[in-house]
Amino acid sequence: MAVMRRLACLLAALLCLPVAAQPDAAAPRVVPDTLAQRALACTGCHGKEGRAAPDGYYPRLAGKPAGYLYNQLLNFRDGRRDYGLMSELIAPLSDAYLKELAGHFASLDLPYPPPQGPTLAAPELARAEQLIRHGDAARRLPACTACHGERLTGTQPTVPGLLGLSRDYLNGQLGAWRSGQRHAQAPDCMAGIAKALTAAEINAMTQFLAGQPMPADAHPAPALAAPAPLRCGGLTQ
Amino acid sequence: MKRLLTVLVALAGLLVGVALALLAWQRGLSDHTPASTAPVSLERGAYLAAVGNCAGCHTARGGARLAGGRPIPTPFGTAFSSNLTPDASGLAGWSADDFWRALHLGIGRDGRLLVPAHPITNTTLVTREDADALHAWLQVQPAVSAPRRAHELRWPMDSELGTQLAVAAWRALHFRPGVYQPEPARDAAWNRGAYLSQGLAHCSACHAGRNTLGGDNGPADFRGGLLLGLGWVAPSLLDPAEAGVQRWSDTTLQRWLRDGHADGYIAQGPMAEVVLGSTAALDDADLAAVSHYLRTLPEQAAARPAPVRPDARRREHGAGLYREHCAACHGAKGEGRRDDSGELAYPALAGSRLVTQASPANLIRLIERGGFAPATPGHPRPYGMPPFAGLLDADELAALASHLRQSFGHHAGEVDTVEVLRLRAAAARH
Repeated sequence: MAVMRRLACLLAALLCLPVAAQPDAAAPRVVPDTLAQRALACTGCHGKEGRAAPDGYYPRLAGKPAGYLYNQLLNFRDGRRDYGLMSELIAPLSDAYLKELAGHFASLDLPYPPPQGPTLAAPELARAEQLIRHGDAARRLPACTACHGERLTGTQPTVPGLLGLSRDYLNGQLGAWRSGQRHAQAPDCMAGIAKALTAAEINAMTQFLAGQPMPADAHPAPALAAPAPLRCGGLTQ
Repeated sequence: MKRLLTVLVALAGLLVGVALALLAWQRGLSDHTPASTAPVSLERGAYLAAVGNCAGCHTARGGARLAGGRPIPTPFGTAFSSNLTPDASGLAGWSADDFWRALHLGIGRDGRLLVPAHPITNTTLVTREDADALHAWLQVQPAVSAPRRAHELRWPMDSELGTQLAVAAWRALHFRPGVYQPEPARDAAWNRGAYLSQGLAHCSACHAGRNTLGGDNGPADFRGGLLLGLGWVAPSLLDPAEAGVQRWSDTTLQRWLRDGHADGYIAQGPMAEVVLGSTAALDDADLAAVSHYLRTLPEQAAARPAPVRPDARRREHGAGLYREHCAACHGAKGEGRRDDSGELAYPALAGSRLVTQASPANLIRLIERGGFAPATPGHPRPYGMPPFAGLLDADELAALASHLRQSFGHHAGEVDTVEVLRLRAAAARH
């Protein structure tokens, strides 16, 4: 019976997919003068809540702090982050318009995917949580929570949340910082942090983060609880 | 055998000798046009720098304005733009005469010939007065230290001497220094438009039809061609079926040059960059002059390559893809969709030149990589098209493009998978 139900669900999902992609016969003749309409050029790849595609993972944009999204747009445009499709697409847009688009995605309140079950043993995850919540003073590693918020859901206006993201995406970003593929505005503290962590630590931390359920309030914290432990270019906007 | 070798060596020696003689000749070019006596206007210099879009090439992505370092893809390798700011690594200490020599003769202060990635056939047309205004304005810009990055060109241009010899030979074939000479049969506005379009605005740098040596038929060569390394075609400005504007209204063309968007025509790719960096800055009189000039260019049909074999099944496949991915925005009949001001928010594909141009390069590129119209003060919040690169493979791109080029009353050549792959390779080559 359960199998039947699962099959029915799968069938319904499959049937719905092509329908969603079909032109909407009832679409209004006039193109709506909204940011949502304009943002369709973005959600083609990113989807509503992020999307995995054959050429890579397109992260979720909905609900991330506006300043963070805006800074990433500038980073792509100005070459601090490197993805040709993205940089080319936004190259002819003004700062003001990019800010508007960032604000649009920041204002979206969409559900998050369920957490991914970690595969590591409990002691390793506990050590990862220790690093995430308290850092490692001896290695001058600040706690993730110092900037990304006590609940790890990010901090307004420029620090993104670390929950509700896939392990692959988190590993991908930390790896890109280590290899110099991804940069933030100088001083680029995340590059320093990613390079100071070992591969094993990164693996454990992303396992922990991707395994956390979203807290009841998934919104970014309104402000840093205390002055940032490092001077980071990405904190300005 | 030995004799053949002797002949070959002699020939090679002769070639080097000729090239050295050409180099000596080209480096020895001189011009004694005196500096202008009129007071130099910084405001004028700033305006001219914008019209010429100097910052477009002389600014690296995300780098300091005018400090150079931007890679310029050419068929011969990658050239890197130079630093125009008044730093020791740039134009510090350059006199107005030095700057004039660079702009007018294409010779740097150190006596080196500039590589033709810098559009010398265009900048030589600029008057001394305008060159002096540009020089004065550049000399008061913030100085940025950014040493010249060596060009990465292919043999025989992979050394400083090799580059200089090759540039000398190229110049002997393609470069004749001389300020723009007005055509007496035309009125002042036309001549102003020609002076700007052929000169500082250097339209032919992209829109010329180049031969295999990268040479063209001069600064009024607008036959169009593929921009290697960029993957875009700069379509012919002489052919109304390509990008010729002879049959456009003056109002439409002026709006398009200023806003990058008019009556469903959208400036795309490198041209969006040109609108943002150059034509949007034209003042009313110059905008009218450029429009007047471009609208009176002679009409000349662009060469159309032999079409690939039609394939009904491929077109049918394309029609299905169109219904699935495109019709929601571009309309079932390719009619486009308008916003509430009545402007086409999503351009009509029926009758679109971009769809039916001789080369499908720009069409394929837009489907693959999407795009926005430039955000200009007159059109600040354009709608956009998402990239389909991750959704459609080369077969599907060929099918969709073939469908578009044969539907809505179009009769343009179909596109096969090989052509899609060939265009991709051209985009990657530099």
